[in-house]
Amino acid sequence: MKSTRHAMPEQDSQVRSKNFKEVALGYTTELALAEANRCLQCKNSPCRQGCPVEIDIPAFIKLLRENDPIGAAKKIKEKSALPAICGRVCPQEKQCESHCVLNKIGQPIAIGRLERFVADYQRNTHEVEIPHINRNGVKIAVVGSGPSGLTAAGDLALAGYDVTVFEALHRAGGVLVYGIPEFRLPKSIVASEVEYIKKLGVTFKTNVIIGKTLPIDDLFAMGFKAIFIGSGAGAPRFMHIDGENMNGVYSANEFLTRVNLMKAYQFPEYETPVERGKNVAVVGGGNVAMDAARTALRLGADNVWLVYRRSEEEMPARREEVEHAKSEGVQFQFLTNPVRILSNDFWVNGMECEKMELGEPDASGRRSPIPVKGANFILKVDTVIMALGNMPNPLIMKTTPGLEVTRKGTIVVDESTGLSSREGVYAGGDIVTGAATVISAMGAGKKAAKSICKYLQDSAAASQFEKTKSSIIS
Amino acid sequence: MYKILEKKTIAPGLNRYIIDAPLVAKKAQPGEFIILRVDEKGERIPLTIGDFNRDKGTIMITVQTVGVSSEALSQMQAGDYISDFVGPLGCPSDVSKKGTVVCIGGGIGVVPVYPIARGMYENGNQVISIIGARTKDMLMEEEEMRAISSKCYVVTDDGSYGQKGFVTTILQQLIDEGTHIDEVVAIGSVGMMYAVAKLTRPYQIHTVVSLDPIMVDGTGMCGCCRVEVGGETKFACVDGPDFDAHLVDFPALIARLQMYTKFEQCARKAYEAERGCAQ
Repeated sequence: MKSTRHAMPEQDSQVRSKNFKEVALGYTTELALAEANRCLQCKNSPCRQGCPVEIDIPAFIKLLRENDPIGAAKKIKEKSALPAICGRVCPQEKQCESHCVLNKIGQPIAIGRLERFVADYQRNTHEVEIPHINRNGVKIAVVGSGPSGLTAAGDLALAGYDVTVFEALHRAGGVLVYGIPEFRLPKSIVASEVEYIKKLGVTFKTNVIIGKTLPIDDLFAMGFKAIFIGSGAGAPRFMHIDGENMNGVYSANEFLTRVNLMKAYQFPEYETPVERGKNVAVVGGGNVAMDAARTALRLGADNVWLVYRRSEEEMPARREEVEHAKSEGVQFQFLTNPVRILSNDFWVNGMECEKMELGEPDASGRRSPIPVKGANFILKVDTVIMALGNMPNPLIMKTTPGLEVTRKGTIVVDESTGLSSREGVYAGGDIVTGAATVISAMGAGKKAAKSICKYLQDSAAASQFEKTKSSIIS
Repeated sequence: MYKILEKKTIAPGLNRYIIDAPLVAKKAQPGEFIILRVDEKGERIPLTIGDFNRDKGTIMITVQTVGVSSEALSQMQAGDYISDFVGPLGCPSDVSKKGTVVCIGGGIGVVPVYPIARGMYENGNQVISIIGARTKDMLMEEEEMRAISSKCYVVTDDGSYGQKGFVTTILQQLIDEGTHIDEVVAIGSVGMMYAVAKLTRPYQIHTVVSLDPIMVDGTGMCGCCRVEVGGETKFACVDGPDFDAHLVDFPALIARLQMYTKFEQCARKAYEAERGCAQ
């Protein structure tokens, strides 16, 4: 038994830091089979406990090593509508892979890489099969087309419902299209996953802002019998320090939306511009911070500093993203906290930072950073990108009477069902949890879809759901 | 896709469109705006709603050609489709009863000030209007404004129509004459709104301006449109676009509006080269 996992081929770090093509190239068939053969096929499959959507991981790996990648892909799709995406963006090291028995003797099975391989194999070699669905004509509205919305829509369509997804932006995909960069998740893959959901019979209505164009109550008046809100955590946080509104300071949301959704990296062919800073500071330590830093490099920056107030250990980003950022040349400034942004004639020309040291653990269990007196210094930067996490967008809550929200602005739901304080209104993903991961949002979308089916049980639909579902699984 | 039902060229580089957008028209209120994207490669452009017709399901917008995306829009005709059109966005204007309201529209700003002035009028306010343009041909909404105003003053920069001068010239006259004013609403270029704010501040006349900073999504997601108002950072797209003019940090706003100026020339060159009309 090989104790180390098979590396996944990727673009050379010096080459890729100058282009927007996908960094990881994916396993070849040989590598995928070799990696699959490392799996011990544990009877109690501990890996499954680490998966928010309970993919039957040993079963798909078994099919793969029996040289049936299509069967393996189908096995995953029983639980996840978006395997090509999850294989790329899930923090597997904290989920399925952290439960792998092989951790005891070396490295765990590269479950994410195998998931990605089978999903890509299926997409590249086969027409995706659409199961026969008996439609019941009952209308359900899904608000938001990010991971939770797509998952809920897919599951509800499979159950026979007439699902309409409302998206505020001009393209479906939510954070998968405006947030996560092309080099980590090619937009053509998101588009083909959305296509799959469309083929299941789901209607997408872009350019509709629920809460503005259509309030929740209008949706009921239009005949929708249940509503799932998966509108995400879309409002950027700032630090509220001096100089934060100067030219050259971006929220990561704005920076990434310009580059990803509006394709500013192809300016002027695409008409939306983005400032191409030469010396860039990205503030934050999550995946979004890594995405912003690596994007700034690709736009031609000479120096990109990632400024994080805790140490590397506390950084919430996915391990692979941190490694990629490092090898591409992002310079990490740990235990560093910005205190003000300097400017000349309204343009950023520096960022004053204080050095930090770690004190006692805080409420999150992480050791809290404390400023070191007299150790301030200035980073000479022309661009600052704030990647400090996002808060829920209040548009829907403001216009929905009776929808209970927490102090943080997230929607209150029953944890086991996803039901909000309004009858027939369910919610899941970042709008409930605050900014989290793609896969946990998908898990919430799944759970809510199940609850919605149960809620609508009186109609003929619910029984159809079980029938269709069992026909897909068998 | 959203159909252009009508197009009217008011002056070179100044076009009016009636767009078929029933969902937007159903909810639109004075002071709100829309975002449109002409085609796949276009920018998202925020535009104040000029007028709306709920029965016909239409929205009127008036667009001044400034960048490449608005240039592309100016080439489109009735019957053509624009790719994306979303709204209504922002908070509606407060048109409740205040007494005497001076509604000021400068240039293209007359278009969005009209539905606000009309709302004010319908709620029992006395409306005094001051509308201005560079030159006579570019003056808009004169008849509409006259119909709802107790007095309507017209100014042009070049004196080709009405009084020669700026909207602030008239406003100063009104104040000097001792006209009782409960509120001023001013919409126009950022320079004009700044000038009005400076003028009314010493008299402590409550003044509202509708800001038009650069935006991307328009729903509070990106923070591109942040402005400092009374020392706090506000997002014009969801907290505005209307703000108390005396609290707005205009110099910072003006600087932010110029953030992409250097990109515009490059975009224009590329646009012209693509269409075979490069100089």
